[in-house]
Amino acid sequence: MSEAVETEVKTNPQGDPITATKAPPSTQSGKRDPHADAKKQKVVSPEYMFFEAPREREFITGSEAAKEAIRRSNVDFAVAYPITPQSETMQLVGVLYGEGYVKEYYRGEEEYGVMSAIAGASRAGVRCFTATAGPGTLRGIEPIASWPGHRLPAVAFFTCRVVNAPLAIQPDNIEIAYLLNCGMLVFHAENQQDVFDFIMKGFVISEKNDVTLPVGVCCDGFFVTHARGYCAMPDRGLKLPPRDSWRGAVPVLDAENPPARLSRDAPVQKSNFMAYNIHAVWQQEVWAAVERSRKYINHYMGGLVEAQDVDQADVLLIASGSAAAQSREALRLCKDEGIRAGLIKIRSLRPFPTAELRQLCTKAKLIVIPEFNYVGWLAKDVAAAIYGYSNAKIIAGPHVYGGMSMPVEMIVDEVICGLTGKKSSAVPASAIMGATEVDQEAVAHFMQNI
Amino acid sequence: MSLDYMKFTPGFGKFMPKEYRDLVEHGPFGRKVSVSQVGTFKEILEEHPMCAGCAMTLFIRLAMISFPNPEDTITVGTAGCGRLAISQAAIPFVYGNYGDQNGVASGLSRGLRLRFGDRPKDVVVMAGDGGTADIGFAQTLHSWFRKEKFTTIMLDNEVYGNTGGQESGMTNKNQVLKMAPLGKKFEKMDMVGMAKVAGCAYVATVVPNNPRRVESVIKKAVLIAREIGPTYIQAYTSCNIEYAIPTDKVMEDAKNVENDRYRFSEYITDEAKQYLAEVYGYKEYLPKPAQALTKS
Repeated sequence: MSEAVETEVKTNPQGDPITATKAPPSTQSGKRDPHADAKKQKVVSPEYMFFEAPREREFITGSEAAKEAIRRSNVDFAVAYPITPQSETMQLVGVLYGEGYVKEYYRGEEEYGVMSAIAGASRAGVRCFTATAGPGTLRGIEPIASWPGHRLPAVAFFTCRVVNAPLAIQPDNIEIAYLLNCGMLVFHAENQQDVFDFIMKGFVISEKNDVTLPVGVCCDGFFVTHARGYCAMPDRGLKLPPRDSWRGAVPVLDAENPPARLSRDAPVQKSNFMAYNIHAVWQQEVWAAVERSRKYINHYMGGLVEAQDVDQADVLLIASGSAAAQSREALRLCKDEGIRAGLIKIRSLRPFPTAELRQLCTKAKLIVIPEFNYVGWLAKDVAAAIYGYSNAKIIAGPHVYGGMSMPVEMIVDEVICGLTGKKSSAVPASAIMGATEVDQEAVAHFMQNI
Repeated sequence: MSLDYMKFTPGFGKFMPKEYRDLVEHGPFGRKVSVSQVGTFKEILEEHPMCAGCAMTLFIRLAMISFPNPEDTITVGTAGCGRLAISQAAIPFVYGNYGDQNGVASGLSRGLRLRFGDRPKDVVVMAGDGGTADIGFAQTLHSWFRKEKFTTIMLDNEVYGNTGGQESGMTNKNQVLKMAPLGKKFEKMDMVGMAKVAGCAYVATVVPNNPRRVESVIKKAVLIAREIGPTYIQAYTSCNIEYAIPTDKVMEDAKNVENDRYRFSEYITDEAKQYLAEVYGYKEYLPKPAQALTKS
């Protein structure tokens, strides 16, 4: 592995690195067309954009990374409500609207209205984007959960925060637990680079004919949205091809296609075997489309998981989002302690990397799954996926929630407790699964009741 | 307009069902039809599963005849009786979530404008009193305040008919219904007043027993929404089941209600008047000769 030597980063007088939010210098005074740069953008293929175009690194926040992704994604329609807590993402998308990179944009009345407007605009055949967080996600969850059934391509960015109450605005990714069973694709971004890549690639995957599903790109709020990190990006003069709704597998409602009467025989209108059958088949088809997205995730995102040092590892850390970033550092500390450890970062939560985990976890003796939420939704999915394929002891923890950050030592402690049998001060016995000495009754409680 | 999708692939016409052939050969697409010609053309809504004597169905049927460009019209609705009929029509219909119709229509009409520019693509919301004034209230009002360019039609039967007869915000005070066992305790909501305050360019109240008037208000509302701003039509469409109106007395009831609390009313802004006069030749809105000047 050859790591390029870091180039010197230019800084402003305060010592902060200069970022992408700085407007390019104006060449003329006053009369410049604000849409001039947007008009000059060149359409390139997704393959060129993602794999070939030269990239430049910038030190930016997650919200700025989302903005830069939208700048290059040929987005037609964006709408959002400034819920507390939002991120800066949607107001930065508003800046793009002012500059002509996004064609239509407004501040919505609240999330139910916002997510409904996304449903309307996606039906009209245009490319749509929104972002929300925590309570906003749950306020919009009824329309969000109906997007997959209506087969509406779109990308929504969930910058996860606590779900109230008690009233708070801190980072916590409990809301992903609600999104996992909607039928949409769910990606979990670890850092600013992932936010940039997953959003852009999300549009392409979402609009594939054999997928035609919305994509939820999640990241841990504040840790990623407000903090800065390096993000390598292609030139801002490039953009993805527009949404080609004329070729869509599902007719858009533009009165140019034969009338699409989704509700003509909607199951809600009848109560008989055929009605149940229609709805059952519909659900099967949504989840079949989730399955069909795997090949595109593998192609564009380099796989549903990213494995590091797994081959010789006794201990595996499995994590997504910010927990993956903390686990990567914990991995380094484990190696300092002489522990043979590896890391599996999960990029795609839906579809879930079941086959990948079964293959990667075969030899592990201990699996530790740190999460930024109370309920341990990832640990439950991992345990269910590798059941029967691994004899490892699985520690569903450590967990932090309500806004806490996760010191990497917390993860290392669990690794040591798991290996030595020492009692953990952070993870209850009920969250330790898989090994012969675990308390099976407690595990049943963890899996069923929380 | 794209009428090609309606036509038969050459050689296949004779194998198509009669209903479909009638729609292609005698339908309203691509030509002007009027309520006075009913029976001489194939309507886009004929069969439906509504109750016998349903005034709402009559209104929806009249409204659909009145659409100025049915081939380029997309309807949006929500849960309620109305969508049972609207979804049977030969034009696209969006049936999304509960009370989301004005939010969906906002995105839909903006998206269609992005793709088709000035080519008319009419978005018409048809939802019940509960969907419009109760569960969808915020989205309805905000779409008006935002000046979204589409038409909202309230099918006001003054009750939650489809769920079995519960009180709605549009129910009259003191009316005894399910969930209002002691009678409704507050007034019927003034959605017409709110539509004006919120900036609708055209607001009208109608009952279905005057087909020409229904046709007139629908045409104006849809045309004005194309370029001027939001339009709102509130139609009394009684529920003869929940209000126990004998089937043969439904029109009589509509007449009585019209005289009582649903008088025909029409509000139109000067800008909308000028637009209708200049673009669509509405003579009644043409500028009047300046009589004061001739006198002097």
